[in-house]
Amino acid sequence: MRIFDPHIHMTSRTTDDYRAMYDAGVRALVEPSFWLGQPRTSPASFFDYFDALLGWEPFRASQYGIAHHCTLALNPKEANDPRCFPVLDALPRYLVKDSVVAVGEIGYDSMTPAEDIALATQLQLAADHGLPALVHTPHRDKLAGLHRTVDVVRESHLPPERVLLDHLNETTVEHAIDSGCWAGFSIYPDTKMDEDRMVTILRTYGTEKMLVNSAADWGQSDPLKTRKVGDAMLKAGFTEDDVDQVLWRNPVAFYGQSGRLQLDVAAPDPQHEGNSILRGGE
Amino acid sequence: MPMTPLLAREELDAQLGGAARAWLDEALAEAEHAAEHTAAHAARQETGPPAAGPGALIAAPPWELRYAAAGRYCGLDHADSVRALLLLAARAGLPALTRLYDQGTAAERRAVLRTLHRLDIGSAALPLVEDALRTNDTRLVAAAVGPYAAAHLDAHQWRHAVLKCLFTGVPVDCVDALARRALGDLELARMLGDFAAERTAAGRDVPADLAYVLSCTAPATTVPSQES
Repeated sequence: MRIFDPHIHMTSRTTDDYRAMYDAGVRALVEPSFWLGQPRTSPASFFDYFDALLGWEPFRASQYGIAHHCTLALNPKEANDPRCFPVLDALPRYLVKDSVVAVGEIGYDSMTPAEDIALATQLQLAADHGLPALVHTPHRDKLAGLHRTVDVVRESHLPPERVLLDHLNETTVEHAIDSGCWAGFSIYPDTKMDEDRMVTILRTYGTEKMLVNSAADWGQSDPLKTRKVGDAMLKAGFTEDDVDQVLWRNPVAFYGQSGRLQLDVAAPDPQHEGNSILRGGE
Repeated sequence: MPMTPLLAREELDAQLGGAARAWLDEALAEAEHAAEHTAAHAARQETGPPAAGPGALIAAPPWELRYAAAGRYCGLDHADSVRALLLLAARAGLPALTRLYDQGTAAERRAVLRTLHRLDIGSAALPLVEDALRTNDTRLVAAAVGPYAAAHLDAHQWRHAVLKCLFTGVPVDCVDALARRALGDLELARMLGDFAAERTAAGRDVPADLAYVLSCTAPATTVPSQES
C-alpha cells in the first residue's frame, strides 16, 4: 500500500514516527504551516518556521525515504493578531520555492473580519502563483463556517478544483462536494473523524476527489491513521485500486496542480552510520 | 549527497531545451541589469549605508525570484549551475548573498555556498559558511567546506569543519584543499585521535575517512602525494 499523507505536521513528530510511517507505506507527505500551540508574536518567528519547512524538515524526511512538501500561509488563528498580520506581505517570496505545493492552511477559526481579509488575500496569492489552496474548516460552528468558506472561494479567482476543504465530517461533506472543491478528512484518535466513519462516508459519496490525512501534530494524534483507513477500506470490501486512489492518486492529483511535486526519494539506508539525524543534536 | 559539478553557460546550453535556454537568457539578462543598477547606485551613494531592514527582507528583485524558480525551469539537476551563473551575472554582493541565503531553501543556500569563492567579496561572507556549519543538514555542511572555506576559515573553525564532516558522514572529498591545510596540523591530528578513541571506546566504527585525514596531518616528508 503506497500512502501520501496530504496533511501532517512533522515538525511536531519524532524520527520514530518517520520510521513507522515508512514501514506503513507512507512515501510522501505535505506539511501545512499552522499554529504551534504557543502563539507567535512577530513575523520573524513565522519566517524561521517557514525556513524549517523548506530546509531541515525535508532533509529529515529524506533520511527516512519520504518525500516532503509543504504549504505556507498565515493561519487563521494568528491572522487575528495584528503583530503577525505582516506575514502576508512576505508570502510572495516564499510561494516561489520549489517544495511549496499550495497556500495553506488558510480558512476560518472564529470567523472574524481579520480572518476574512487573510482568507481572501491568500486565495488571491494562490491564484497569482498558480498554486492550489488548502483550506481548513473551523472546529467550532463548523457548518456555518463551511458555508462562509465556500462563499469566499466562489468570490475568489481560484477555481474550486484548486481548493481542498479539510477537516470535513458527516455534517459538512455534502455541501463541500457540491461546491466542486476537493474533500479532505482528518482522522483522529478521538475527535474530528475515525476510520470506520470515514469508510461509511466513502461508501456514500464515492472515492473521487476524496483525501484522507492524519493531521498528526503536537496534540493527541496518530501519524498512521492513513494506513488504518486503508486497512479499514479493504476490510469493508473496497478494492486495492480504491485504496490507492484515495491514499495516493487523489493527493498526487490535487497537489500536482502546483507542478512542483517531486516524489522520487531514495529508500533509507539502515546501515548508514554517517547520519546527522541518527546522531541527534550535537 | 554527492554534489553535481557546476556547469558553465556553454555546457548548460548544450543540455537545456529551447524553452529553458530562453528562460535562462532572460534570467541572466535581469541579473546583469541588476549588477549595472547596483554599480551605478553604489557610485552615487558610495558612503551611504547598505539597504536593510524589513523592506529589504520582503522586496525581491526579479532575478532573485528567478533564482528561487531555477530548478522548475531548467531542471533540478541544473539548479545549482543556473543559480551560480545568476549570482555571477548579478555580481552579487554581501546584501544579496545574505538575503538569498537567509531566505533560501536548502538547495538555494547550497548554491550560494558553492559560488562564494567566485565572487569578489573577500571574507565578508564567512557568517554564511559559519551558519551552514552549525546545521546538521549534510547537504549544507558539504557545500560549506569548499574553496571559500579553505581560503577564509581560521584554523580552529576549519578543524571543526573537518571533524564535523567525519561526524555527520560528509565525505572528506568535499573538503577543499584538505591535504594542503592539514599538512603538519598537530592539533587536528590530536582531535582526530581523540575522536577515534571515543568511537572505539563506545564499540563503534571509526569513520573510514579519518585515517586519510590523519595521514594528511603528518609532517611534509611523509605526506601522501594526492591532493584533495
